[in-house]
Amino acid sequence: MSRSLKVVLAVALVAAPLATAMAGKLGLGREATPEEIKAWDIDIRPDGHGLPPGKGSVKQGEDIFQAQCASCHGEFGEGKDRWPVLAGGLGSLKHDRPEKTIGSFWPEASTVFDYIKRAMPFGNAQSLTDNEIYALTAYILHLNDVIKDTNFELGQSNFQTIKLPNKDGFYDDDREVAEKHFWNRKVCMTECKPEAKVTGRAQVLDVTPDGKSGPKVD
Amino acid sequence: MTDETDRKPAPGASTNRRRFLTGTLAGGAAIAASGGEAFAQRKRKPIGPNPDNQPPNVPEWSKVLGDGVASHPYGKPSKFEAHVVRRDVEWLTASRESSINFTPLHELDGIITPNGLCFERHHGGAAVVSPFDHRLIIHGLVDKPLIFSMDDIKRFPRTNRVHFLECAANSGMEWRGAQLNGCQFTHGMIHNVMYTGVLLKDLLNEAGLKPTAKWLQVEGADSSGMNRSLPIEKALDDCLIAFKMNGEALRTEQGYPLRLVVPGWEGNLWVKWIRRIEVGDKPWFAREETSKYTDLMSDGRSRRYTFVMDAKSVVTNPSPQAPFTAKGRNVLTGVAWSGRGHITRVDVTLDGGRNWREARIDGPVLDRSMTRFYVDFDWAGNELLIQSRAHDSTGYVQPTKQELRAVRGVNNIYHNNGIQTWLVRANGETENVEIS
Ligand code: HEC
Repeated sequence: MSRSLKVVLAVALVAAPLATAMAGKLGLGREATPEEIKAWDIDIRPDGHGLPPGKGSVKQGEDIFQAQCASCHGEFGEGKDRWPVLAGGLGSLKHDRPEKTIGSFWPEASTVFDYIKRAMPFGNAQSLTDNEIYALTAYILHLNDVIKDTNFELGQSNFQTIKLPNKDGFYDDDREVAEKHFWNRKVCMTECKPEAKVTGRAQVLDVTPDGKSGPKVD
Repeated sequence: MTDETDRKPAPGASTNRRRFLTGTLAGGAAIAASGGEAFAQRKRKPIGPNPDNQPPNVPEWSKVLGDGVASHPYGKPSKFEAHVVRRDVEWLTASRESSINFTPLHELDGIITPNGLCFERHHGGAAVVSPFDHRLIIHGLVDKPLIFSMDDIKRFPRTNRVHFLECAANSGMEWRGAQLNGCQFTHGMIHNVMYTGVLLKDLLNEAGLKPTAKWLQVEGADSSGMNRSLPIEKALDDCLIAFKMNGEALRTEQGYPLRLVVPGWEGNLWVKWIRRIEVGDKPWFAREETSKYTDLMSDGRSRRYTFVMDAKSVVTNPSPQAPFTAKGRNVLTGVAWSGRGHITRVDVTLDGGRNWREARIDGPVLDRSMTRFYVDFDWAGNELLIQSRAHDSTGYVQPTKQELRAVRGVNNIYHNNGIQTWLVRANGETENVEIS
């Protein structure tokens, strides 16, 4: 080892912990404590990662749902006014007006737990206990005919047995293959087509569409 | 707002005119009642041409002193620009806290969107987060979980990048046909901003990634706890954790004090108020990447992880809210962008795609940024069918709506980058149409 490198190393050892200096780290931030991480780590994955201990039944879920959710999502998850629909639409994905719900569209039940835990009820997020969330998830899956038995109790141990109908309905972005023809095409600049005719016009804006018939933003 | 009472909105300019007018009148009454008679008088004068202020007369502002320097510690646009605002379409969503509004593209020029006009999309309202208390935790498959304060983050090396952020649902209402009259509503879920921040890569390096790290879950501190899965390659490539936009602190609506910047990818991934990054080996299947932001095709199956925003463009002037007002010389302008690279060329047609010309690109042409284009021409007062077509540095050419529907159907909601058509009538009135 050269003399000058020895000096550099010696200085580094004094100035910062060895690991930091060696991995090119800046020594910023501090180690997060297990308590800090646990308090914020609320996500659930399809493989069960993050699922907390606890359980709740369809029946218990129904009571909580009617008290805390039905005012927006409707008694049967049908969605009041323009609030989101949580049930129904099974088999409608190819229809002219598909109804995308947990039962008809969502691939994974873990998403129901994860989302309710972080975001619902709307305006009072992170107020439910894990047992309540298991019960609500069970009830919503019951509304979607995924869980048939009203005595069913959903919990950490049997969560993985739940399969949603549209689990296999998704595939990874294939635009670069399926839409290859949008690349490197020769564009026409003159006399490209016969005279264009107007085929559709924007609706008048000030009209309020009734109920759910208007276009929706998700 | 009072100034707007006498302004005749352009056709289609106001979506909820009734509410808008009621609000305006109430505002005027409040000013009069407050006793500022002269002020109220001055305010009530119509905004519009006044021959007394035109040559050969000496205008009033040439005779009296203007405001002193301390009158506006934080400057605002001129009162004559009070109509340049974000607008929403009330009936689109059930609540304003889970809703969107739109950037007034037809009132802007160049490539930078002013901070106060950047469209908003919230899933649980715009959280007011204290920078003193805000923390970012990185944990999961890392050597050492870390927690950062805002001060910690600002001590990393900084970088400046200009990028567009487009909501995947921009133009989403138009899949089945022309719907909304105004490029603010058809294309306004986009903004283009210079971000100052630090590389996400540097933050991850500080925690040390385990070899099994493949995906991140990024999560916001708002009441929707917005969470998305982000592939590690993208995170290590060009993502930023930003704290400034256009030189000043992020606006509340844009994630103050800290947001994720994911260049070229759909806006929903750009998590605002970012509080947590969990490193994992698989994606999470969060609600926003399953229930939402997946692309339902006509065969009933859906594309997922359609992160990149395809090349797209729109003519912002003329457009339904900003029609031509005179024959003869006119400036047609618009913006183009691509999530895959930079814009290389924009074509414009005035006759519904029969003949095209190359538009003049002006201003900076940046990677995954809005690019400004112009066509300077003489309008004879004839009917026009205007379209623009963007080309990007990967060779992608913006498709027509028909071409897009042929592949993706009409149930998609997201990623509508089809060519927009404006019909300009002989009287200048401009309408959103679809053509053969
Ligand atoms: C005040 C009205 C309101 C109440 C009460 C409410 N929600 Fe919601 N819910 C919403 C809104 C709004 C959204 C969509 C939020 C967004 O834009 O991201 C939503 C979304 C959802 C979704 C996702 C729907 C989808 O298709 O993506 C689920 C699941 C859900 N809520 C469950 C619940 C449960 C369980 C409760 C009761 C504990 C509840 N909600 C209470 C308003 C409400």
